[in-house]
Amino acid sequence: MAQAAIELIGINKSFGAVRANRDINLEIARGTIHGIVGENGAGKSTLMSILYGFYQADSGEIRVGGQPASIKTPNDAIALGIGMVHQHFMLVDNFSVLENIILGAESDALLKRSIAKARSELDRLEREYGLEVDPDAIIEELPVGLQQRVEILKALYRGAEILILDEPTGVLTPAEADHLFRILGQLKEQGKTVVLITHKLREIMAITDTVSVMRQGTMVATRETKKTTVEELAELMVGRRVLLRVEKGEADAGAVKLAVKNLTVKDTRGVTMVDDISFDIRAGEIVGIAGVAGNGQSELLEAISGIRHAVSGSVMLDGKPIDLTGAADPGELRDRGLAHVPEDRHHVGLVLAFEENENSILGYHDDPRYLKGPFLNIDAIRNDAKDKIAKYDIRPADCRLKTANFSGGNQQKIVLAREMEQDPGVLIVGQPTRGVDVGAIEFIHKRLIAMRDQGKAVLVVSVELDEIRSLSDRILVMFAGRIVGERGPEATEGELGLLMAGVEHQEAAQ
Amino acid sequence: MSTPYAKLPAWADYGLIPLINLFVAFVVAGFVVLLVGENPLRAAVILVEGAFGKGTGIAFTLFYATTFIFTGLSVAVAAHCGLFNIGTEGQAYIAGLGIAVVCLSFDSVLPWWLTFPLAIVASSVVGALWALIPAYLQAKRGSHIVITTIMFNFIAASIMVYLLVGPLKPAGSQAPQTRNFLAGAELPKLNWIIELFGAKIRSAPLNVCFLLALVMAFLVWLLIWRTKLGYEMRTYGHSPKAARYAGISETRIIITAMMISGALAGMMALNPVMGDQHNVAIDFVSGAGFVGIAVALMGRLHPVGIVLAAILFGMLYQGGAELAFEMPAISRDMIVIIQGLVILFAGALEHMFRPYIQALFASFSPRSVGMEAVKGKGA
Repeated sequence: MAQAAIELIGINKSFGAVRANRDINLEIARGTIHGIVGENGAGKSTLMSILYGFYQADSGEIRVGGQPASIKTPNDAIALGIGMVHQHFMLVDNFSVLENIILGAESDALLKRSIAKARSELDRLEREYGLEVDPDAIIEELPVGLQQRVEILKALYRGAEILILDEPTGVLTPAEADHLFRILGQLKEQGKTVVLITHKLREIMAITDTVSVMRQGTMVATRETKKTTVEELAELMVGRRVLLRVEKGEADAGAVKLAVKNLTVKDTRGVTMVDDISFDIRAGEIVGIAGVAGNGQSELLEAISGIRHAVSGSVMLDGKPIDLTGAADPGELRDRGLAHVPEDRHHVGLVLAFEENENSILGYHDDPRYLKGPFLNIDAIRNDAKDKIAKYDIRPADCRLKTANFSGGNQQKIVLAREMEQDPGVLIVGQPTRGVDVGAIEFIHKRLIAMRDQGKAVLVVSVELDEIRSLSDRILVMFAGRIVGERGPEATEGELGLLMAGVEHQEAAQ
Repeated sequence: MSTPYAKLPAWADYGLIPLINLFVAFVVAGFVVLLVGENPLRAAVILVEGAFGKGTGIAFTLFYATTFIFTGLSVAVAAHCGLFNIGTEGQAYIAGLGIAVVCLSFDSVLPWWLTFPLAIVASSVVGALWALIPAYLQAKRGSHIVITTIMFNFIAASIMVYLLVGPLKPAGSQAPQTRNFLAGAELPKLNWIIELFGAKIRSAPLNVCFLLALVMAFLVWLLIWRTKLGYEMRTYGHSPKAARYAGISETRIIITAMMISGALAGMMALNPVMGDQHNVAIDFVSGAGFVGIAVALMGRLHPVGIVLAAILFGMLYQGGAELAFEMPAISRDMIVIIQGLVILFAGALEHMFRPYIQALFASFSPRSVGMEAVKGKGA
């Protein structure tokens, strides 16, 4: 084995009573791509933040290139040749690529010399690693894939030998992700070390050399990627066997429950985000909408659920029209049997400061079951919440606990329990498993299938292509506010990926 | 890790931290007293004795507290709906107009126990209507409620000055105030309650408004935590997006919350006007609306906390007056400085000591902060 680029020895880190990292030992070999996987809250981000100097470990030692290192700030990390590409980019949107790259590394008072130096250096880096970007382009005008390249260039410009990438493919199309992996491969060939944090096991299998699994703050295993399987990694992450692909029978689609015709929606800036979209959802089927984030899916969901007013278009729910252009509000739609699990559960689907039982009636607080005149029927609300907690296995099973103290998966279950238990005719779900741990994903998928089998019409919007493919009976692909194609669940990832990227969609749709 | 700090048990959250903040405020205030050459310990003794030492002192403390309970509740109701009502001052001031109309009309014909309910209605309706305009502008036009309520304080003050030096002033009088009310608009004192405990009271303005304030505190608790309306207000206050999602009308909830807030502010006027001065005079609110902001913050927006915080500020007012009298070097302005320090530490710097106390708790008893159980068992 090659010499270690980084060694972490006995790292401990606690936040109050929470032990985020316990006794972590990790050795990352130079010139390799090393994956770190684990559920949300397993401690991956904390560990990398310690390595990058955002946090200090309570105890333990870090060695970089065999030498003990003291990393107190990100500047120390950069000086040691460690660079990080964050999940949310740290770029100044209205600066050019070049300006962003020298930001924080300007070498003299007048920028001219720094810029000239950066330009030639950038040129070299681009050629060496195949990282082509126009140095004078303005960041906000670049697609996310290129913005991410700028982040990588920024790290390389600062002399990074070790590159940490935190969930780098979350915002990319499959094609962009492939390109990123090629770049990472080239970096490896040039002797750089790459640390990849992700929850997508297939990516780990595709490009890493070694993989470490974290669970509940501990490092449970390190494997050579060649000698492990997706199933084994999933089991290590969760601590038990999990079903990665949900099992379901044939759909038995019935009458049209929700018919959307020529729907157009603009966002707050007046930009058309949903452009003349039409589709139907039938009882007993799951329709999935695939697409790269930001192609109008969010606005579509908001319009159908009555949160955002549509500009034009007609929608029929159970054969009766609803006016989505101003008259209908979410309460009315709910009364008519349309339940909505929103994409953003932290700000929309839940009030995090509320007790769990208070959230279990959000949107249904007009229901006479939960009221005694103008007063809340506290006993009824809490008993109802307890029933849902039992039925959906929400943990901890405490309906008085503040919602913010539940894990992401359990928060999502609180929303799902609330919406599903109202027995709606139509269920629309945005990002059903975003930020949800593997164990809960399985549970949520099974529930959605069960809804379908009960004859409900289900619409699922997700940026996770795997999820769309495993859940949907029909797949619609959105690009730039339009539906650019419809496919069956047997469609390949490559085919959907092309549609999602908007590549010659006329040809693909033929 | 989104929550670097652990949760505290309720008694520490609501009891220990406010006490520590208060203690630090008094220590800093002690240095100020030292600076002007007086003995801070003696000053503290005078302050506390002035407020609680004699029956009269206690009655005055509770009289001031009554005023602050109303304004504190007013601010809190709006705050639960995510609205910062800075207009409590003006809403209380203009409500004096409603009380004036009722009292001047009926004080010669009705007994106090009939005038009082009418005045309660008049003050709360006027206060609510004064809050309605900024609320409407916020809900329909997006004008920021902080700006509009501040401006409405000025408008209220100007209207009241105009009326009190003009139409409402008895002819021939030199004082900018209404005529004095007759017995039919004078509220009974509550001093006898304190005298039951053996204290003697010379004369103090504590009156039935104190009981009204306590009833309102209970009703606010009921409203916020036990009614559908309160639920909707809290939802909107925590997350307007979640309220939209839940089908709660933004316009309706903003206007309702602000009108309730305005009504509570308006009731504050009953205490000095009908309980003490027996007339409506210029500037009778004298900053109580702004103190209400501090009271609401220090009381953590909970009615029980607000009553306690109001008593604390009542104590500062009453004890401060004694202190200014006993120690000539400490002027009335020094008392305002001390009050300001309490507001600073209890309100603005509320979270200053929290991380340290949390770390302390976590190191002594990890169980009491209750995080491990939650995090560890995620499904």
